[in-house]
Amino acid sequence: MSDTTLAPPRALDTASEARLVWLRFRRHRLATIGLTLVVLLYLVAVFAECLAPFSPDKSNARLVFHPPQAIHFIDEQPDGWHFRPYVYGSKLARDPVTLAAKYVLDGSRKTYLRFFAQGDAYKLWTLIPGNVHLIGPADPSEPVFLLGADRQGRDVLSRIVHGARASLSIGLLGVANSLLLGIIFGGLSGYLGGKVDWFIQRVIEFIISLPTIPIWLALAAALPKDMSPFGKYFCITLIISLIGWTELARVVRGRFLALRSESFVTAAWLDGCSRSRIIFRHMLPSLTSHIIAAVTLAIPAMILAETALSFLGVGLQPPAISWGALLKEAQNVESISAAPWLLLPGAAVAITVLALNFTGDGLRDAADPHGH
Amino acid sequence: MDIDVNAHRPILDIRDLSTHFQLGQITLKAVEKVSFTLHRGQTLCIVGESGSGKSITARSILQLVGHPGRITNGQILYAPDPSTEPVDIAKLSSRGSEIRGVRGREIAMVFQEPMTSLSPIHRIGWQIAEALVAHGLMNKKAALARATDLLRQVEIPNPEEAAQRYPFEFSGGMRQRAMIAMALACNPKVLIADEPTTALDVTTQAEILRLIRKLQVENGLAVLFITHDMGVVAQIADDVLVMYRGEVVEHAPVEQLFSHPINPYTIRLLEAARKLGMAAPPARAYVPPGPVMLEVRDVSLIYPAQASMFRKTKAQAAALKGVSFDLHEGESLGIVGESGSGKTTLGNCLIRVLRPSTGEVRYRNREGETSNLANASREDLKAAHREIRMIFQDPFASLNPRMTVEQCIGEPLLVNGLLRGRDLRLRVRSLLGMVGLPPDVASRYPHAFSGGQRQRIVIARALALDPRLIIADEATSALDVTLRGQILDLLLELQPKLGLSFIFISHDLGVIRYFCNRVIVMHRGAIVEIGETETICTNPSQPYTKALLAAVPEAEPARRNLLVA
Amino acid sequence: MGRFIIRRLLGMIPFIFLVSVTVFLLIKLTPGDFVSNYAASLAASGETVDDAMLESMRARYGLDQPVIVQYWDWISGVMQGDFGYSFQWQQPVISLIGERIGLTLVLSVSTLLLTWAVALPIGVYSAVRRYSFGDYFFTMIGFLGLAIPGFLMALILMFVGVSVFHTDVGGLFSPAYVNAPWGWDRVVDLAKHLWVPMVILGTSGAASLIRIMRANLLDQLHQPYVDTARAKGLSEITLLIRYPIRVALNPFVSTLGFVLPQLVSGSVIISIVLNLPTAGPLLLQALLGQDQYLAGAFLLLLCSLTVFGTLLSDILLALLDPRIRYQ
Repeated sequence: MSDTTLAPPRALDTASEARLVWLRFRRHRLATIGLTLVVLLYLVAVFAECLAPFSPDKSNARLVFHPPQAIHFIDEQPDGWHFRPYVYGSKLARDPVTLAAKYVLDGSRKTYLRFFAQGDAYKLWTLIPGNVHLIGPADPSEPVFLLGADRQGRDVLSRIVHGARASLSIGLLGVANSLLLGIIFGGLSGYLGGKVDWFIQRVIEFIISLPTIPIWLALAAALPKDMSPFGKYFCITLIISLIGWTELARVVRGRFLALRSESFVTAAWLDGCSRSRIIFRHMLPSLTSHIIAAVTLAIPAMILAETALSFLGVGLQPPAISWGALLKEAQNVESISAAPWLLLPGAAVAITVLALNFTGDGLRDAADPHGH
Repeated sequence: MDIDVNAHRPILDIRDLSTHFQLGQITLKAVEKVSFTLHRGQTLCIVGESGSGKSITARSILQLVGHPGRITNGQILYAPDPSTEPVDIAKLSSRGSEIRGVRGREIAMVFQEPMTSLSPIHRIGWQIAEALVAHGLMNKKAALARATDLLRQVEIPNPEEAAQRYPFEFSGGMRQRAMIAMALACNPKVLIADEPTTALDVTTQAEILRLIRKLQVENGLAVLFITHDMGVVAQIADDVLVMYRGEVVEHAPVEQLFSHPINPYTIRLLEAARKLGMAAPPARAYVPPGPVMLEVRDVSLIYPAQASMFRKTKAQAAALKGVSFDLHEGESLGIVGESGSGKTTLGNCLIRVLRPSTGEVRYRNREGETSNLANASREDLKAAHREIRMIFQDPFASLNPRMTVEQCIGEPLLVNGLLRGRDLRLRVRSLLGMVGLPPDVASRYPHAFSGGQRQRIVIARALALDPRLIIADEATSALDVTLRGQILDLLLELQPKLGLSFIFISHDLGVIRYFCNRVIVMHRGAIVEIGETETICTNPSQPYTKALLAAVPEAEPARRNLLVA
Repeated sequence: MGRFIIRRLLGMIPFIFLVSVTVFLLIKLTPGDFVSNYAASLAASGETVDDAMLESMRARYGLDQPVIVQYWDWISGVMQGDFGYSFQWQQPVISLIGERIGLTLVLSVSTLLLTWAVALPIGVYSAVRRYSFGDYFFTMIGFLGLAIPGFLMALILMFVGVSVFHTDVGGLFSPAYVNAPWGWDRVVDLAKHLWVPMVILGTSGAASLIRIMRANLLDQLHQPYVDTARAKGLSEITLLIRYPIRVALNPFVSTLGFVLPQLVSGSVIISIVLNLPTAGPLLLQALLGQDQYLAGAFLLLLCSLTVFGTLLSDILLALLDPRIRYQ
């Protein structure tokens, strides 16, 4: 038998490496669920205005700390049963003993909900005007608090939906910054080697051995207090990525070093490829899946960092909305025990981080099926 | 009558052994219905190519096949002495104390990779002594003393000190000696050696084989020796078992197997081994030298001393020391040497993958212009690289996994601006035909091919630019012996057609002898001897070359050159 | 070995120097200084601000000097054990930070030990019983632990403490012991309170360490030397402990180098939430109030602590792994 007898052609023979990675990724159930969630969350961030029932700044002084209202679906009317979502209204009552104000369910009043409800006017991405919300009260003047109201009677759900925009985009932007720094320094380190490599490695070791939160605090506290929210947003992103790039640089350098000694890279050089063609045509494509995995695993750290800084009051500040800034409202025991739903932005953080971690893990396994 | 039967009772009697791997829905039958017997004092070789199931068979005997592998059928009857009833090892629990009583104590095993098979963080002495303590034969102190003794037995110099050392401080051969000492610690009756010399140089292999034979005679061991090398089989075996795809295809005494093989696979295996053996007629006639094409003068490569802030400077390491030779047009020049001889470094220096520290590599191109590649500019080098091409050792690493076969082969044509589009596709298809692959595989990715097929693709890429010289670095070493011959024949067939010259780097004298007109023998970065292949192989002048030749195992049981001390 | 340690200790000197420069530059990055901050707060409360008085204040605190001189004054003081003067508290820095740094250290190190004690056996279990129910269970817990930020967990525990147990889980001492002198009783009281922040702080670290230990051990479980040991006739448990776990321990120990910075880092933020008398709350105040010597002392000591942790992990690793020792 000769080695030129080929096995009958299979569909996989002409499958590119990227496709094989994708097929391997699809086999991880948790990772696929994670990716779906991540995509959904980012869609929420993009279309926040349309998805939130109300404007995040719409306050109602008479409905401070209103508790969440449960949705009912079956509407019982004298003429029979209808499928029609609604919530019960509530009224303010005083506890006869402590005299504290308390909301009680008012079974007689129903606020009906509908899809694509007309409500608060907005400008999507500050450009496209609209007033249709995915879900909202049939009567726009009626308040509905699916996840409760905050200290100023604002809808927590709407604020979480809007907060996704800052929190998720800081994660992406921060990682983009980190990746840029990581690829530049990691690539230089791995490609040039020698003294440059030694120096960059020492810098990375130095940064890794520092405790990040005190350094972030110091950097964030150094920002001028009268900075515009937008300026602050960018500075915080920069500060977070200043620390976060080291891990990505390590991944890039490690893969670069490993690849540099692969014979197919030597072969490309002997084929007459220019330096840029070697890097972009031969090395980078082999790096992409590893980089995508590392990036996916780096985003959660960015999101957690922003949340922590804003929570401590040195990151994004009101009127800017982010999950960290929202959690700041829940900073003391009194407000948590009065309105535990103020912790819900934390659940959004946890779900996002979880989904990203699942996705990243699945990607890493798919990119490198034989171990690390 | 009873006594007579018992006297012939084999120490190990394997009947219908099957070991299967359950991979999802697929069952891989790694070992299928294998039967053989091993007698006291006997050496049985199991021979086969990669994937034949020979290692799994060996591991199954001690129940060392990991998940998802499982012994699904058969008996492994072990009779420590002829009068006792045999125990069926296959029936024992793989984690129970009974099988542990057999492992190391009755049947010991030596593995292929001496580096990874020893724990990196335990001292050699303790690793040897451990089995003695584990089997309750001695206390720790006595066991350590015996470990030193064993190290002496396996001829490790200065055994007291060696016992205190760690594996990474040993050379490959020393590690394998330590492994053997470890296996023999409890005076086992059977030694299973799973390719114990494959990772070693040929001279070290000869020493280890001699050592195993010596210990076998001294201790009356039965040895089960797993190998892919027919030469080794011919040298040491009493009986031979040939395996192919999990099944035994032939089982015979060694002389009979070599003189009258029955199974077609055995015949093919023997033919391939003999073709590349030292006794075969050379494949090529002497070619009168053409004009000189490559003049290598006094090439050295010195790795600079390692200096850092806190560490003492290490001594300079010379990888190549003053290498000079000529290559003539149409010639095939072999470079042979053991690991660390600098042969691969030399190949890389010729083509400037590595830059030599001193010396010249003068190359005369197709137009007759000469340039020194050792300090040529990028442009000159690029021009030279069109005429000098390289084939690498590992066919799995030398093709970009993210490019199709067509893109891989077409890359040099494309980046040199020679062909594109439809012309490129046609050229790639004709190149594929040249190396014996059907043209319709062009759209497949490398992962769809076997090792031999990939090496053919690499050759097609090397041929794409109509080169004059091909440097092949261990181009057939990663392949099974039957494929090795096929690839060499392909190159031999292409050589006159395309007017090629070769520099063929290999550790395998048989391959060099088959393929090359002249050969350079290298040792420790320097040329020991250079001459016509036939002269070097029959009448070497240097002691090192003689030692090298003497260590090559001949695939002929009638001429056992290795074990005669 | 002694030479190795000396070499590493000497290597720390430029490191700590760099840390001090970085820290000082960080503090000086903020526009304005303590005096301008002070003036702003005076102005906010409607008091008149006298420029001459502000200048004299600057001169008294040395804030009118160039940065390099200020740095030199500070660092030369630090080398003699004088960490400067806190503007906000009108006290020497050393009297403010002493106990707080000590408690930060106690919290971080005890959490580290807890983390290891939990992560090691679970990591081993998960690797050895891969894909078992327990493995999936701990993997899920691990993912959750990584996903929930420490301060959120602190908030949740506070909420549960108040609404279910009607106790305040914040602080490190019962009210009676807050200002008591150190004694056995106070240590016991500390131990009673310490576990809440320890659990909160340790969760994410333990989660990542479990994953690291599991991956390391999985790498080692199928190494050829494990087969060698098995072929010697060792029992599975002896084999496991003596070889793969022992080898997998090395990278595990080297995680000390980054786990300790994470713990110190995390302790800062949960201390603020739980109002612990550790470095966190005071550091935040000092940073916001530009109390430069107080903030500088905290940052310098916290960073040195983690740099020291890296050193410790290197030495431990060298003790465990002959390949590093003999380099």
